[in-house]
Amino acid sequence: MKASIAEHRLASGGILLVALWVTYISFTGEPSGAFLFPRIIAVVMLVLAAWNFVRAIFGISKIGDGVSWELAKTIAPGIAIVLIYIFLLAKFLGFYVSSLLAFVAIFAVYDPAPHSDIKSWIKRIAVALVFMVIMYGLFNLLLKVQTPRGMFF
Amino acid sequence: MEFLSYFGGVFEPVAFMLLLGGTIGGLILGATPGLSPTMAVALLIPFTFQLEATQGLILLGAAYTSTVAGGAVSAILLKIPGAPANIATALDGHEMAKNGQGAKALHMSFMASGVGGVIGVLLLIFLTPVLAQWALAFGPSHLFWMAILGVTVIGSLDSKSFVKGLLSGCIGLWLSMIGYDDIQGAQRFIFADALTGGINIISALIGIFAIPQVIEMFAKGRMIASISSLEVEKQSIAASFKETMTYKKALAIGTVCGSVIGLIPGVGGQIAGLLAYDQSKKFSKDKDKFGTGHPEGVIAAESANNAMVGPSLVPLLTLSIPGSPTAAVLLGGLLIHGIFPGTDLFDNHPEVAWTFINSMLIGQILMVIFGIYIASYAAKVAKIPTPIMASAVMVLALFGSYSIQQSFGDVQIMLCLGFGMYFLEKFGFSAAPLVLGLILGPIAEANFTQGSMIANAMDGVVPYFFTGTLNLFLIALVIASVAYSFWASTIVAKRSAPIMEDA
Repeated sequence: MKASIAEHRLASGGILLVALWVTYISFTGEPSGAFLFPRIIAVVMLVLAAWNFVRAIFGISKIGDGVSWELAKTIAPGIAIVLIYIFLLAKFLGFYVSSLLAFVAIFAVYDPAPHSDIKSWIKRIAVALVFMVIMYGLFNLLLKVQTPRGMFF
Repeated sequence: MEFLSYFGGVFEPVAFMLLLGGTIGGLILGATPGLSPTMAVALLIPFTFQLEATQGLILLGAAYTSTVAGGAVSAILLKIPGAPANIATALDGHEMAKNGQGAKALHMSFMASGVGGVIGVLLLIFLTPVLAQWALAFGPSHLFWMAILGVTVIGSLDSKSFVKGLLSGCIGLWLSMIGYDDIQGAQRFIFADALTGGINIISALIGIFAIPQVIEMFAKGRMIASISSLEVEKQSIAASFKETMTYKKALAIGTVCGSVIGLIPGVGGQIAGLLAYDQSKKFSKDKDKFGTGHPEGVIAAESANNAMVGPSLVPLLTLSIPGSPTAAVLLGGLLIHGIFPGTDLFDNHPEVAWTFINSMLIGQILMVIFGIYIASYAAKVAKIPTPIMASAVMVLALFGSYSIQQSFGDVQIMLCLGFGMYFLEKFGFSAAPLVLGLILGPIAEANFTQGSMIANAMDGVVPYFFTGTLNLFLIALVIASVAYSFWASTIVAKRSAPIMEDA
């Protein structure tokens, strides 16, 4: 399914705003010598973003499937889990425990097996545990990466 | 023949084990739908930090080679190409498997990959020093134009939209400028604490290539996997080899197409495979058999996509211009070890350059041997449920991006760039030009600044950057790449609306 004209307008408008901000910072930032190269890039970026926006306004821009309501509803739980995992839990609970929870949560949300089935929960937890043991071996033992331990591990 | 003296390095125990591990791991990753070679190599980069530069590159090179070839397994047995480079393989490969010739198709695909791959790497061996010597004549202005050319070529060729391709490149260039400017001592575009140190290239690569694929896996929802793999019959390897060698024309067409396409930055394995398939069909006596399970189709496509691997590294190793997104990731792998491609690489680190290139040659042979033996097992890995893949890639992305500098800011940047790239892709923007901009931005800016200083002491900026044969030649190439893309997306789009709908 192709993105609607309104979706293209919204997306290209957002990109134009970013380009405007980049251009503004490039021309007002100090010391000006540090922004010489950014100014050149910003001008080209602004011209292209404006061109892209005009095409979207006139409905010429057609490439891309966009993000339909159905798609948004499907990916929203996964994105929410990832955001909670990275921004709230990873440092608070520790990388390994939060990753285990995130793994089980993503698996559970998108697993076609029924949520009421105890066996499928055992499978999800077992797979996540095995994977995290491998991750511990690779990163902690082999690569000696000290990850945030947080409350647990 | 300098490369011959560095063959010993490939057979040192650690190096050889990494080559073996990279080859086997790459074959399995390549066979897994949803894991592209670029993403596999990007996720592997954090594992190379603890290694010497040569060893790290051997691992990445082996993974690059074998993920491209491994993609044929799922293309043949599941009709799901492991990577875009294997699309053409699925056309006849899966039909062969349906006709009870799955093992033969797999054997032929790996043998053809090996032939194409070896010739591609030989091209890399013989072309690279010549071009590297030529690159000695390059000054800051030329290197600046080369970096710009890298962005415009990929922006033009690797995108369905002229405007969006170039805009992606500009976004990448802008992202590369975020952080602290060492020369002028200024902070630029820092709007969050995590950005103070700039954007780490490896975190960015992991985010840009891995996170959109994770979200794509989310997009499949709670679908019950209905992937059915075809059974593989017993087949003599000698008989497969004998038959593969009877299709010399398909092998030659595939190898030539792949090698030439590989040398052009930004075109990629997908085009190489499809072009070779098409040309092989045109020159075949059995045109009608293509699409029904004809070995020539598999051989042409697979020899082409692996022949592309070596030549795609020529512009990277000589001029710092990656020929493909995966080559761009490899450039990131070089830069983290403080090694810059070009004459510096061959003059100051010949053992790194030649051992890496030689390992790719040996890797091709290992890839054929292991590919043939583990292909049928790799197909089982390809059936791993999508939610497990999504969870695993997400967790790997977190650990990988954190391990680079032990910085949580890198993880946040990785995630934000990944989400941003997913939504940009949904509106027709592509990752390759953005990544090229991000990687080539510092090279372009450093040479621009250096060139400006030289120019101010001489005749001025305009004569320095816009005169001289080499400058004018490079500017002409920049203009030509942009003009070609504009022409292609306006004129051709009108003729073939379903292929290109947007200018």
